Amino acid sequence: MCGIVGLFLKDRSLEPQLGAMLSDMLVTMTDRGPDSAGIAIYGAPSDGRAKITVQSADPKQDFAGLKALLKPADSSVAVELKSTHAVIEASADKAQAVRDLLVQERPEIRVMGSGDSVEIYKEVGLPKDVVSRFGIRQMAGTHGIGHTRMATESAVTTLGAHPFSTGADQCLVHNGSLSNHNNLRRELVREGMTFETQNDTEVAAAYLSAEMAKGKDLGQALTSALDDLDGFFTFVVGTKSGFGVVRDPIACKPAVMAETDQYIAFGSEYRALVNLPGIENARVWEPEPATVYFWDHEKAA
Amino acid sequence: MDVSVKRESLEAMRVFDLAKMPLRELNSALHAIAPGTNDTNFEVVNPRGSHAVAVGIDQPVTVEVRGSVGYYCAGMNDGGTVTVHGSAGPGVAENMMSGTVVIEGDASQYAGATGRGGLLVIKGNAASRCGISMKGIDIVVQGNIGHMSAFMGQSGHLVVLGNAGDALGDSLYEAKLFVRGEVKSLGADCIQKEMKPKHLKLLAELLEKAGITGVAPEEFKRYGSARTLYNFNIDNADAY
Repeated sequence: MCGIVGLFLKDRSLEPQLGAMLSDMLVTMTDRGPDSAGIAIYGAPSDGRAKITVQSADPKQDFAGLKALLKPADSSVAVELKSTHAVIEASADKAQAVRDLLVQERPEIRVMGSGDSVEIYKEVGLPKDVVSRFGIRQMAGTHGIGHTRMATESAVTTLGAHPFSTGADQCLVHNGSLSNHNNLRRELVREGMTFETQNDTEVAAAYLSAEMAKGKDLGQALTSALDDLDGFFTFVVGTKSGFGVVRDPIACKPAVMAETDQYIAFGSEYRALVNLPGIENARVWEPEPATVYFWDHEKAA
Repeated sequence: MDVSVKRESLEAMRVFDLAKMPLRELNSALHAIAPGTNDTNFEVVNPRGSHAVAVGIDQPVTVEVRGSVGYYCAGMNDGGTVTVHGSAGPGVAENMMSGTVVIEGDASQYAGATGRGGLLVIKGNAASRCGISMKGIDIVVQGNIGHMSAFMGQSGHLVVLGNAGDALGDSLYEAKLFVRGEVKSLGADCIQKEMKPKHLKLLAELLEKAGITGVAPEEFKRYGSARTLYNFNIDNADAY
């Protein structure tokens, strides 16, 4: 099954509440997927700074002295620990050097995502426990996506949880199962993409990253996905300033969207949306099969 | 919505607030009704997308649901009249036996699936697979319906005032389909058929039953089974 949610704010005054709103939406979807949960929050980027969200199975050991360890790569590096995750902030031009040093010195640490604004948190366990261990409710941001997982295609592990991120500030959550992911993974590996898991959703994320790297915008990449991905999917995708939704042509995985002057919201079910402000008067609709929906803060501005 | 006025005007109305009580209380109360009782008016407030609201009714009760519901609302209804003053999630009135279900808003996928009887009226749009495997139910949709609707429909009627999506009536048996707008494509073995006087009369009755006025049966086209896929024939293998 799986439950997915997404929230793209139009009204800046709601930004301090993004984490709280998205957490409520995600927890409501617990019974669609209680084995793991994850959330990606796009905060306000600050000029010249990059963020890397990392995860460890043994945070006590792996995160000990992390800041001092990374200082040689960037003297301005900052590390914020959050349970099994840590957010490393560095000067944008030195972020790759920081990442290289990290991989070399602490190979057990996994990179969840990186970019100018995204932070990604995911763990096994109930959504309410996952959002509370990472303090998601206190987080501000412009948009975010979340996922509650009922695993079908790969193991119940932290790395098998969604969102999957395969490019800077890009991430994806998925309800469904892909049937041509092995073949597609081979093709993407040949193009130079790397994979952390055997998970089908990671292939979809990498596919979109590869298409966008070729110059497509999010909407165009999602349109090609309809031709190239086989299987069941409802995807919700985030980029630095954009938010997209697409369903496969059969569209058996549920989806409901709502739009007001203040936000665009996505839920696997209407239940996920009922606590949003002004939902009574929102335009509520079911996204059409094989139809790409996407919004962009930069293009709207 | 001013619920209190409505409550006063119907003395015997029993109100279930799903923000304050579990769904089980509502459904248990509906299932506990003895035949012949007068206590038959129910109102449900704050459904907030709950699943399985008012399922398994087997007495002629009236249920007014004030808001939108999730999966399987009014499923297996046998004789009740359920009105949703909002939209419905997947599988509304699934396997209805008899009675009436009215959705004031839109319905998600597989509305009225496998229904054996009764009337389902959707005032907005219905999504994909509306009336899939219908077996006697009458479904009237005032807006549009999505793809694969009436798939393998065996009997009953599907009336659509708007447009139909791809593959309407795929592998259809004897369900009769009437569409007023455009049909994006017909499914395997579904064909347009002549609208005879008996069909116009039948359609007029269905529209009246659904409370629809100002729409003439002559505005519709009729679709049904070409009956070539009933039994397996190797020459038809590509059509399955």
